[in-house]
Amino acid sequence: MALMELYELTIHDLQRLIQRREVTAGQVLRAFLKRIAQEEGKIQAYMTVTGREALARAARLDRRLEQGDQVGSLAGVPLAIKDVICTQGIPTTCSSKILEGFVPPYDATVMKHLYNAGMILLGKTNMDEFAMGSSTENSGYKATRNPWDVSRVPGGSSGGSGAAVAAGLCAGALGSDTGGSIRQPAAFCGVVGLKPTYGRVSRYGLIAFASSLDQIGPMTKDVRDAAIILNVIAGHDRCDSTSVDLPVPDYTTQLGREITGMRIGIPDEYFIEGMDREVETAIRGAIGVLESMGAKAERISLPHAEHAVATYYLVATAEASSNLARYDGVKYGIRARGANDLLAMYTKTRQNGFGAEVKRRIMLGTYGLSAGYYDAYYLKALKVRTLIRKDFEDAFKRCEVILTPTAPTPAFGLGEKTDDPLTMYLSDIFTISANLAGIPGISLPCGFTQAGLPIGLQLLGKPFDESTLLQMAFAYEQATEWHRRKPPL
Amino acid sequence: MKITRQEVEHVSRLARLGLSDEEQERMRDQLDTILTYIDKLDQLDTSGVEPTSHVIPVTNVFREDATWPSLSQEQALANAPDRHGSLFRVPRILEE
Repeated sequence: MALMELYELTIHDLQRLIQRREVTAGQVLRAFLKRIAQEEGKIQAYMTVTGREALARAARLDRRLEQGDQVGSLAGVPLAIKDVICTQGIPTTCSSKILEGFVPPYDATVMKHLYNAGMILLGKTNMDEFAMGSSTENSGYKATRNPWDVSRVPGGSSGGSGAAVAAGLCAGALGSDTGGSIRQPAAFCGVVGLKPTYGRVSRYGLIAFASSLDQIGPMTKDVRDAAIILNVIAGHDRCDSTSVDLPVPDYTTQLGREITGMRIGIPDEYFIEGMDREVETAIRGAIGVLESMGAKAERISLPHAEHAVATYYLVATAEASSNLARYDGVKYGIRARGANDLLAMYTKTRQNGFGAEVKRRIMLGTYGLSAGYYDAYYLKALKVRTLIRKDFEDAFKRCEVILTPTAPTPAFGLGEKTDDPLTMYLSDIFTISANLAGIPGISLPCGFTQAGLPIGLQLLGKPFDESTLLQMAFAYEQATEWHRRKPPL
Repeated sequence: MKITRQEVEHVSRLARLGLSDEEQERMRDQLDTILTYIDKLDQLDTSGVEPTSHVIPVTNVFREDATWPSLSQEQALANAPDRHGSLFRVPRILEE
């Protein structure tokens, strides 16, 4: 421990050091700011670094610690927040030009929870514009690099958060996941990413992409850290009617419990022709590790898995086309100059402000909802969504957790898929179903390729059973060393 | 061909989204590829299947009809690209 730098430590390490007053919040923060000054130029993880506000907040916290005040579970822990989450007084752009200069007048509910727990906000992270993408290359501002190989993408859409955690540019981060946007970048960056059950975490202040699929979750260096953050952000919120009024357990209590006898479902449909050989080997290895700890792996079937991507790109784009109607150049963000009537102002503002992928999805969503196509596309997709949900309901009668790869390949090269939207969409093939079904999923490191790229293992759980998911993930993590590797920066 | 140039133009009008000629052409090609892929859903018989628009069985959520703090007018207008006093200003809608 003594040999590790502060920026390398987990949240639970920092918690202990700060609360025992072995280090101050100011010292921790300065270690991260120094790391950012050294490495951010290479990684480009951040949209905004809030160093000044953070130093003031850390100083206030240190005074309270000196006085012996009670502080929250994240006291002095510096976190990075995906730029899709509203932060009062701090620019929030969704990495879109159309929201350039937007400064939210309020905090998202998750931000209130984090601040109350003593978190120090380090900054806002880069992402695919409006969370639409799988590589963070759709950012309207810049491409984030994968810390394990800067010629490769960090995944997306929460690529800035994933890269920041991996590179030690924050202690942990929040991302958002609509079709895999927490789990896939976690896999590509060699960190832990948890998408909670739909309704577990308030979406108030999360800028909407697809409202029936979006969910905020933690991206961290290990499983315990993910549980610690989920403890803080989970719960009902009267500002979000889709947040569920169920008690929030302490998600750390099941960590360390044995997994003997637990049943793990291995879906046949997820081990497909053309899967990367190194990914498959790593996943088979992970199954072996869990079996050696007493878990029982069992083949299961999710018969409609192959229809998930098509279903998702109808449902998500339909919702997006409606949600993104609000960007009209009137209330916030940019307005195109020189339009002399209202309609021209709308169309020009949206033409100038949105990037190519966002335009494509607005078009696809509008098309699928338009007269004459609604039944054939949107309604059809909603029915297939029911079939996909039923697949999981049936599968969870036979197992507690489902195990799959997080992504079919390790991180791909920058520019490799930007000209081919459909190929990019297929990189989410293993993560999308969880959003359609509303169930929780976690990605954690389970190996490396020969070229040194991380490989992610995905575990999917029953609705509101994050505890079991975290228990299984923790058991695997304790038995392996993958999460301790650091990228060669 | 799944989608024509005329349909692309029509949908872009519905979406209030300006597209250059070049963008329209690319959009047609890309949407064509994506819609062809999506056609695989036709293999599934969904007759008698209820649609899922939302995974949580929530219909209406009621609250007390009571006021609670909200944004001030100044806060609500602070991000406006153009304003006139306490109003959002937009280009002319009606002919003179």
